[in-house]
Amino acid sequence: MAPALLFFGIFGIGPVLGVFGLSFTDWRGLGDPVWTGLDNWRALPQDQAVTGGLRLSLILTALCWATQTPMALIFGVWAAGRQRFRAVVGAVYFMPLLLSGAAIALLWGALLDPNFGLAADIGPFVGVPDGNFLGDRNLALYVIVAVILWQWMPFHMLLYQAAARQIPRSLYEAAMIDGAGRAQMFFRITVPQLKHTIVASSVLIVVGAMTFFETVFLITGGGPGTATRILPLHMYIQAFRAFEMGYASAIAVVLVVLGFGLALVTIWVSGYSRMTSQREGAS
Amino acid sequence: MGGAALVWLALVSIPLYLLLATSLRGAGNYIVDGPLSIPDALTLENYRTVFEMGFHRYLFNSVAVAVCSIVIVVAVALPAAFAIVRSRSRVVRVGFGMFLLGLAIPAQAVIIPIYLIISRIGLYDSLAGIILPTAAFSLPISILILTSSLRDIPHDLYEAMAIDGARTRQMFVNLVLPVARPGIVTVSIYVGLQAWNNFIFPLVLTQSPEVRVLPMGLWQFQGQYTTDVPGLMAAVVVSLVPIFALYLFGRRQLLSGLAAGALGK
Repeated sequence: MAPALLFFGIFGIGPVLGVFGLSFTDWRGLGDPVWTGLDNWRALPQDQAVTGGLRLSLILTALCWATQTPMALIFGVWAAGRQRFRAVVGAVYFMPLLLSGAAIALLWGALLDPNFGLAADIGPFVGVPDGNFLGDRNLALYVIVAVILWQWMPFHMLLYQAAARQIPRSLYEAAMIDGAGRAQMFFRITVPQLKHTIVASSVLIVVGAMTFFETVFLITGGGPGTATRILPLHMYIQAFRAFEMGYASAIAVVLVVLGFGLALVTIWVSGYSRMTSQREGAS
Repeated sequence: MGGAALVWLALVSIPLYLLLATSLRGAGNYIVDGPLSIPDALTLENYRTVFEMGFHRYLFNSVAVAVCSIVIVVAVALPAAFAIVRSRSRVVRVGFGMFLLGLAIPAQAVIIPIYLIISRIGLYDSLAGIILPTAAFSLPISILILTSSLRDIPHDLYEAMAIDGARTRQMFVNLVLPVARPGIVTVSIYVGLQAWNNFIFPLVLTQSPEVRVLPMGLWQFQGQYTTDVPGLMAAVVVSLVPIFALYLFGRRQLLSGLAAGALGK
């Protein structure tokens, strides 16, 4: 136990305390941090890049949850059927899971390039004549949401598929005898039976939202302008481009609190802590 | 439902097809004819470019980071999980709580102090500098997985071995290791994928080409050859090959590893 605790203490718990401490300092990355008290914290609420980034992060999280949950639920339940071709389709669905986040971001970045990519071909059909989805302030965020959906939907579908297979068939047989339609069975039996999985998947999406950093970093770099500069990206730029490490630490503390807070709220709202573990269903 | 599923099938497979097809066509013909045209001749030229710019090096570095992270995590997490299951001491219980709390720490948010620590202990711009935090951040979920797999050991078995005069070390080797094997495999896959895919640690903690890992290599490639989309696609395919081989080899284990992996995010 001791080595594990020591190791995690240094690189896990220690940095959480460290980032809190650094948020009260001025540090340019070289030399020693200089104590400045609450200066960073006073500047934070006035900084439009920070408040804007926070807003964008929350919007992105909400959009990702709202798109991934229903799609993964529907496709997961569909793929839980046992016909042979569904197994093949299911295997294709899982392919994006094998690509790293960086590979997916760069693949889509290339496909959406208005000059050389697919975007120029499909743009005119969806009302973007020049295919410049990524250069449009109003569209870029939705492109990010779509890429994250493409990357993560298969995983959540995997969770729902595994859970849907555990639902006792007798429930559906009884409903059939009572003359229930397919939609009725879906909403009256399937969805309530998958409640635990819906919560677990939602927690993962919400907590995972903090890790969308690389997708945004690699596809838009925060642009155009600041249209996709989510809070983790703004922190990175402040820390490792502007070398405002102290100020960036204050932003990072907001991220830590946000991550913990969102997870707790999701768990609390859903009453997940009162439920029994669903780990068997999840893996 | 079936119709929508087919639409999604197209949305998944068309980009993957384009990825593979584009990686096999000449750069000039991609720009002139557009991405959707049928390539008139297939070439491995892009793959040669990719290896000429050192991707075998990045591949090697990524494998080294993954393997070392796996070894460290298993070596540290397994005894910890054993202690959590066997011991009733307060320290162990508090420690377990700390690891559970650790599940919710986003790596991005603590990257500044990690950068500070890694620079101060002189590991900046080295593979070891990536390995240590990668392994540490894989610990909470790994300990969780191993603990739950060790919990399945019936208490009587320990008692029986104790009566036979087995010491803790013997119990560990003869009882814990065999039972924990599926858990160890899952943890290894999870840690390996985590190390393989991690972007933020290499981005912040390294800079030299000698210690570049695959995700960094892809990013650099895009930066250096902005318009060489076929080259970039070939590089992406190269980065996919080892994971794809693993997938063919152990689909079931890999999917459960992925599931465990995302639980840690």
